[in-house]
Amino acid sequence: MKINKLYLFLIVVALVAPSLVYPVFLMKLLCFALFACAFNLLLGFVGLLSFGHAAFLGTGGYITGYLMLETGITPELGILAGTLGAGLLGAIYGKLAVKREGIYFAMVTLALAQLAFFFYLQAPFTGGEDGLQGVPRGALFGLIDLSDNFAMYYFVLAIFIFGFWLIHRTVHSPFGQILKAIRENEPRAVSLGYNVNDYKWVAFIISSALAGLAGSTKTLVFQLASLTDVHWHMSGEVVLMTLLGGMGTIFGPLVGAGVVVSIQNLLSGGELGNYINIIMGVIFIICVLAFRSGLVGEFQKLMKKNFN
Amino acid sequence: MSADYVLETRNLVKEFKGFTAVDDVNLKVERGTIHALIGPNGAGKTTVFNLLTKFLTPSRGTILYNGADITSMKSAAIARKGIVRSFQISAVFPHLSVMENVRIALQRKEGNSFHFWKSVKVLDKLNERAYELLDEVGLKDYANALTVDLPYGRKRALEIATTLALDPEMLLLDEPTQGMGHEDVSVVADLIKKVSANRTILMVEHNLHVVAQLADTITVLQRGAILTEGDYETVSQDPQVREAYMGVEADDEVAQAIAAANVAEKANAAKGGTE
Ligand SMILES: Nc1ncnc2c1ncn2[C@@H]1O[C@H](COP(=O)(O)OP(=O)(O)OP(=O)(O)O)[C@@H](O)[C@H]1O
Ligand SMILES: [Mg+2]
Repeated sequence: MKINKLYLFLIVVALVAPSLVYPVFLMKLLCFALFACAFNLLLGFVGLLSFGHAAFLGTGGYITGYLMLETGITPELGILAGTLGAGLLGAIYGKLAVKREGIYFAMVTLALAQLAFFFYLQAPFTGGEDGLQGVPRGALFGLIDLSDNFAMYYFVLAIFIFGFWLIHRTVHSPFGQILKAIRENEPRAVSLGYNVNDYKWVAFIISSALAGLAGSTKTLVFQLASLTDVHWHMSGEVVLMTLLGGMGTIFGPLVGAGVVVSIQNLLSGGELGNYINIIMGVIFIICVLAFRSGLVGEFQKLMKKNFN
Repeated sequence: MSADYVLETRNLVKEFKGFTAVDDVNLKVERGTIHALIGPNGAGKTTVFNLLTKFLTPSRGTILYNGADITSMKSAAIARKGIVRSFQISAVFPHLSVMENVRIALQRKEGNSFHFWKSVKVLDKLNERAYELLDEVGLKDYANALTVDLPYGRKRALEIATTLALDPEMLLLDEPTQGMGHEDVSVVADLIKKVSANRTILMVEHNLHVVAQLADTITVLQRGAILTEGDYETVSQDPQVREAYMGVEADDEVAQAIAAANVAEKANAAKGGTE
């Protein structure tokens, strides 16, 4: 019940937010939050550290950007295509990666993501270093013009809520139980008769499709698909967001994304802009050393201690 | 008439980089018995388990289950065929509740384990069966506890309940009483005896009292090879075993074990009589 009230409160906040805060900033936040939540499905609930999730964010973005520029399809179809494309790439990459464990899994995902990076760098339809610029947002279902930031915001919010709900449902499903079992004790899950690689694979596909959804949406928001989104920096950033917020918690990635995006926004204008990477690095180190379970994780511990 | 073997290995060999951990093992486990695998540290007992359940791939040899060759099957498939193993260190899902641990096993036959779009509530219909299983191992009152908080002995009991949830034909238990206090050992030993009905159990066990109490057949492994085989009396009389496995204290150890087993048996009988 308490949690339901919390959700209700958050939705109300999200609905009124654009009249208080610049909508583009909020949309950026929601896109990264969705990206981090998708990533957390693997890290927090299956125990798989992917170091190549930028590939899916970028793939979603490029597909949507290309289709919106070249074919004039409606944005919801553009986003759907981007999501499916990222999911398909996830199916291929995941198939190769889930056979590996621990650090090898991370290395395989990184290597595959680099492959994607060089592909997008060279491919004729991605605009190389410039990326795809001036992507039109189009009209939702051909009816609602999304060039208006408020309309776009509510569309992005709806997408985020859908993605968040799907992750929440996945975690709290019969499938999610097996994922947790794998995270907790993989050999035991095997000895109970589960083909753990198949479960990891399905989780990988869901995660990469949702990362693609975040990328597609982001491309529409900024009307831009670029190499930044497929760069390994981006794969690292999502790790930072998730750890900072608290992996394996539902709200952690959301909070982590909020903090990281806010700091970036604060610093990027000012004199400290050049030191952004260093500052992020320091935050990362502090967080890993001092708040092992992230902001949300530590908060939950505190609540437990004080109210139980 | 030849005996009925559930599990059989033929010339099973496992080599690690020139070192032979399992050396030409021909193991035969008779249906419905409790079969103990004993031997000094590093003898290769756990490795045999890993081979039988394909957590390791044999270098050579065949594994037969109910007469069928399962040597090339995968771990999870072997489990689904009916051979479920435990591990030398307790194998539970620590951050799931006790109830959830058992449900993970029960869930497999439901066929909804890939359904990520359904609510976890669809698993609630398994709760009744899960309670029954927990009751069987004395954990009913702990159903909602977080597994990591259980004392060690109870974790092992939970592990057995989880294994039983699959209703396996054959159980492989790797040192089920390792690291336990006196009381827990006898609780778990009784539990194993209880669940052995209609099942075959192959167990690694260092505690000779437990072996004496439970095992119908004992295979002694030394440096990867079978040293000898037979019932407790035969094995414990074997001079090679006395020398190789039990060392100087063999006489005492064995005598004590047999005595303890006999006393336990009598005590049980007496208890049964007066109640
Ligand atoms: N994966 C492996 N790689 C290399 N050597 C191994 C491996 N697994 C086991 N061994 C070696 O094989 C031998 C047998 O080990 P195993 O764990 O099977 O012994 P054990 O009989 O179970 O001993 P314990 O009573 O201590 O549990 C040991 O010398 C061990 O070091
Ligand atoms: Mg061992």
